[in-house]
Amino acid sequence: MAVGKEIRNQIKSIKNTQKITSAMEMVAASKMRKAQSAMQQGKPYATNIRNVVSHIANANPEYKNEYMVERPVKRVGFIVIATDRGLCGGLNINLFKAVVRTMKSWHDQGAAADICTIGAKGATFFNNYGGNVVAAVRNIGERPAVADVIGAVKVMLDSYLNEKIDRLYLVSNEFVNTMTQKPTVDQLLPLQPSDDKELQHHWDYIYEPAPKELLDGLLTRYIESLVYQAVVENNACEQAARMIAMKSATDNAGDIIKELQLVYNKARQAAITQELSEIVAGAAAV
Amino acid sequence: MAMTMHCDIASSEARIFSGRVESLVATGVMGDMGILPGHAALLTALVPGPVRLVTQAGEEQIYYVSGGYLEVQPGIVNILADTAIRADDMDEVQAEQAKREAEEAVLNRDAAFEYSRAATQLAEAAAQIRTIQQLRKKLGK
Repeated sequence: MAVGKEIRNQIKSIKNTQKITSAMEMVAASKMRKAQSAMQQGKPYATNIRNVVSHIANANPEYKNEYMVERPVKRVGFIVIATDRGLCGGLNINLFKAVVRTMKSWHDQGAAADICTIGAKGATFFNNYGGNVVAAVRNIGERPAVADVIGAVKVMLDSYLNEKIDRLYLVSNEFVNTMTQKPTVDQLLPLQPSDDKELQHHWDYIYEPAPKELLDGLLTRYIESLVYQAVVENNACEQAARMIAMKSATDNAGDIIKELQLVYNKARQAAITQELSEIVAGAAAV
Repeated sequence: MAMTMHCDIASSEARIFSGRVESLVATGVMGDMGILPGHAALLTALVPGPVRLVTQAGEEQIYYVSGGYLEVQPGIVNILADTAIRADDMDEVQAEQAKREAEEAVLNRDAAFEYSRAATQLAEAAAQIRTIQQLRKKLGK
């Protein structure tokens, strides 16, 4: 029957797309679980190093590292953590919007911005948008290592120390739950002293070697660990967002198939009815 | 019962050890140091080397740490390791080879190889070998 050949083809192609999206959904779900456990694995280190750093910052008021000194802001830096791949809903776009908003508010105060991107999507976006991308890291993959982010972080830390930038922000997605990922802009440098009451007591470490050398190294590690944690968390966000995006794509494909099926059935029924009435009319005429 | 303290060894990629220990020996920048319960608060940098600890059960365990920081608070020892892997899993042959390669690179310095990088590799390989030798001794091989 010639009726509805196009519609049948369309249904077939949508079914194929649906197969792909539902497979991607399942893959993302299993990767998300892995990414979440990686996120948990890094937690103890991050907590410990944060405690140590805020303790030194409180215990050693006579020594101030450059990272702790506030300067008038002439230029700001951003470390933007995006994904390497697309098809994850509005995850990256929401993040970039947050960056652009912060950049604009600094621009209004006369401060330009340098950007360091981690993840291919970030580099692509800011190259098109016209940001000043000073460093870019791509293809970190699903199991990021600290070594992957060290280079990018060092570029930004160096330009902070050389007073090329006076403030450094870390922009990444926060994993609230599977359904919700929240873009956040956190200030990395200068370090903000914690007002944790628990750490404000009066004891101090024995330092070996001198506090200055220790603190310099430790703060670099601290910032690297913050960035690494953000990369891992963003990875979990990516998988969650992709899972949700693919789930809704699969559902939408199902809806379209249903509608097309209805149209197809109606057309077929109409053709049959018409043929029947033609036959009946022909028989009556004889 | 022997006095114990809490010990955490973590790298930013994974938690390596967490539990109560009777004593701990790590390689600081100033040399090996032993930590016992009741140690004063201390903060120090670690160089690549083994971390030897005796758990509450009296069992000796050895971990390899390629640098990091060690923090002692009353009753708590934290090791913030740069990269830490189980010493048992380490391949001695690989360590030897890395050391040999690094040594060769030190000899032909004009071969466009960064001297400082080679020196670090050499130090790391030597530290890994030391860890393995300690493990061997412990296992009585």
